[in-house]
Amino acid sequence: MTITLNHFSAAAVFALFASIVFGITHRETTREMVRYGLYCFAMFLGGALLAGWAMWILRR
Amino acid sequence: MADSTTQKTKAAPAESVSLMAVVAPAVGWLIPGAGHIIQKRWIRGALLFVSILTLFLLGLAMQGRIYKANGGDILDILGFVGNVGAGGLYIVTLAMDWGQGAIAFATADYGTKFMIVAGLLNFISIADAYHIAIGKKQ
Repeated sequence: MTITLNHFSAAAVFALFASIVFGITHRETTREMVRYGLYCFAMFLGGALLAGWAMWILRR
Repeated sequence: MADSTTQKTKAAPAESVSLMAVVAPAVGWLIPGAGHIIQKRWIRGALLFVSILTLFLLGLAMQGRIYKANGGDILDILGFVGNVGAGGLYIVTLAMDWGQGAIAFATADYGTKFMIVAGLLNFISIADAYHIAIGKKQ
């Protein structure tokens, strides 16, 4: 079985699972874990989008 | 005198948790999340297991390459270190001779990175299981 993901979906999948692990391992309480996981997910995806736009601007 | 008494008091709890402090990281390395599960952190363990397993399997399904022990290029050595972190998943993958795909397209390279990251995330998970075992974390 071969799965082909485009750039964005690969980044989203990566961000999701890495954020879950970061949230669980870097915080103490459940509430803090959820908040930090969401923060990491937003930073991962936001960073990818920003980097994408930056490269698009540089290319022009 | 007071110093030796204090040292004895500090040493006692460390000895009582030493077994779990060894077993939890070892089991957590072999099966991602199991280090948390044997310490009754069921949900955390299950989430870690699902996250790391899914990332690793997606990497395999994307035709990612697995690194074997090598003494060559530094990036190959680091790739091996990352892969080894996945523990049992890495052992099974090697035993079944999976992860031998040639990197012919971009998603295969993503797959290789997914598997390395799964191993690195498992290292973090192992450290967390250890911190729980020694009482540094709830």
